[in-house]
Amino acid sequence: MSLTETIQDKYNELNAAAGNGLLGSIRAKAFELYNKSGIPTSRNEEWKYTRLTGLTNKNFAVHTTAVVPTKEMLNNVRLQSEFAAELFFVNGVFVKEISTFTNDALVVLSLHEAADSEYKTYVQQHLNQSSKYMKDGMNALNAAFTANGLFVLVKKNKVVEHPIFIYHITGTENDNVFVQPRSLLVVEENAQVQLVELYKNNGLHESFTNEVIEIAVQENARLEYYKVQDENENCHHVGTTHVQQVGKCFTHCVTITLNGGTIRNNINMILEAPNNEGHLYGLYMVNGKTHVDNHSIVDNLKPNCFSNEFYKGIMDGNSTGVFNGKIFVRQDAQKTNAYQSNKNVLISDNASVNTKPQLEIFADDVKCSHGCTVGQLDEDALFYLRARGIGEKKAKALLLHAFAADILEQVKIDVLKNYLEKKIDERLDIEVL
Amino acid sequence: MLTINNLHAQIEDKKILNGIDLQINAGEVHAIMGPNGSGKSTLASVLAGRSDYEVTDGTVEFDGVDLLEMSPEERAREGLFLAFQYPIEIPGVSTTNFIKTAVNEARKHRGQDALDAVSFLKLMKERMKLVKIDQSLLSRSLNEGFSGGEKKRNEIFQMAMLEPKLAILDETDSGLDIDALRIVADGVNALRSKDNATLVITHYQRLLDYIVPDFVHVLYKGRIVKSGGKELALELEEKGYDFIKQTIAEGV
Repeated sequence: MSLTETIQDKYNELNAAAGNGLLGSIRAKAFELYNKSGIPTSRNEEWKYTRLTGLTNKNFAVHTTAVVPTKEMLNNVRLQSEFAAELFFVNGVFVKEISTFTNDALVVLSLHEAADSEYKTYVQQHLNQSSKYMKDGMNALNAAFTANGLFVLVKKNKVVEHPIFIYHITGTENDNVFVQPRSLLVVEENAQVQLVELYKNNGLHESFTNEVIEIAVQENARLEYYKVQDENENCHHVGTTHVQQVGKCFTHCVTITLNGGTIRNNINMILEAPNNEGHLYGLYMVNGKTHVDNHSIVDNLKPNCFSNEFYKGIMDGNSTGVFNGKIFVRQDAQKTNAYQSNKNVLISDNASVNTKPQLEIFADDVKCSHGCTVGQLDEDALFYLRARGIGEKKAKALLLHAFAADILEQVKIDVLKNYLEKKIDERLDIEVL
Repeated sequence: MLTINNLHAQIEDKKILNGIDLQINAGEVHAIMGPNGSGKSTLASVLAGRSDYEVTDGTVEFDGVDLLEMSPEERAREGLFLAFQYPIEIPGVSTTNFIKTAVNEARKHRGQDALDAVSFLKLMKERMKLVKIDQSLLSRSLNEGFSGGEKKRNEIFQMAMLEPKLAILDETDSGLDIDALRIVADGVNALRSKDNATLVITHYQRLLDYIVPDFVHVLYKGRIVKSGGKELALELEEKGYDFIKQTIAEGV
């Protein structure tokens, strides 16, 4: 049975079990939309270079409950770091029992608990905001299965000292598995938090993740968000990170992709209040047949906002890359400063990148810039290093390390930065300098 | 140490070197002078192993080995050093780490152990004095945002660290003011010994007041057309390159 067929069966099963209420009505509407739009094909301009139909025609199991993993499994994915919370998703379901979150700055609930609690208004206000921007079937499909997701509130005036880690574990020991994690994070006034998402496929079969995480950031709050993908060619991923900057606040988002199968990352930064500031960084460094597609939307709705976007790619083997960066500057958004840059190095003859900036500006007093490059390593720099006795392989590695360093520097959590640097140096086959 | 025999080289279809013969022995300083476009920098690039140039004829022996068969990194490890006319800026690669890597690659090639951090720092401090280069410069990215003079000083510093058998200075004087020129020249002179040799490529005689050559060669249209002692440089300075061009024209 293909995934698209399985989805129909499983929806009814889940919906019957999860009841109605707030989430029920979101599910129903979303499922209708999903049935109307279906899985996006390459005929959809937004999906021109990323094909999913090959995957959705395959057989994938859909689990709506989690199998609790062993301690070893958990330790396998955990970063050795101090943390404010360690939150585990297993097969797309948030598992509270194995998560750790005793921190008085945080409220952690499952989404269906939150929808029925004193935090209900937050859920009403901010859940499924991404659907305003993501009209395709994948976003709707995730919403149609919203039940056992995660809700995190960072309380007013609290500075969360250590990062919150979200680990996504998919168990593909017995079959291919399709999972749909869903999270909502609200950062209240004057609060500060760092959030890290990591993924791990435990098994030899294929995993296909369709994730949506929505983050609402309120007045004077600060969010750092990191998404790290380093699975294997059997792990496919479609994910949307939707950051809604409700009040004047600061956000800093970094997406790092080191390995995977077919990957599509959507990131939306919605600058809803005047004087908002947002930064988007990305590094993709892939090999083999990995396909990585980074789509971003920066929407400037109000005056005096600043946004900066910088993505870099190192493409090896037969890998393919896509960068699509959209910036909207609405009529009200005078004095917007919006910058965007995408730089790529192809280190194999068979790798390719499609990069496309898109600016839609409706205000007349703005500063926007964009640029993209696709090239090879600088021959002059390479010769300079070799002329000092550094072998060709090592010289290339040094240059690539330097190329990646621009983005790695944006990782403000030392443990994570060192972890990533080690991974990258292993890939480049150089000792850490 | 270096024996160049009938060397011909071209880039794409343009012939630049048309039969160069040159013998450099240990302990000697040679200067190559010549007008723009005579092939001076091409000679330096060919010796260092730049692949843009195709050697079409001739041989180069370096300490009895065929230099042209070696990759750029092998040449460097064997003790050939090119001080670049335009040192490259490489953001993200720290100058210190770069030099440490280079020094240890050469040591590995000679069968020596890598320098530990302490010995490396000690060596670095000692050699920094030679070229009056500041520590703060070395903790920055390689040549990034360095002034022209700082870049050249960094080249000579690298040379001091790597202790080459043969150093080729490609227009090291270009873009230097008189004080910087003196510092660079003092560094080069301090490194001179009976076991190494220096090939100075320059446009002007000025540098040769500070780095005094044993031999001066004039390169013109890809060939050495005149050789002599240090007085040849002075003669050139006085009469200009037209005098050479004339001599050649009359000879034909």
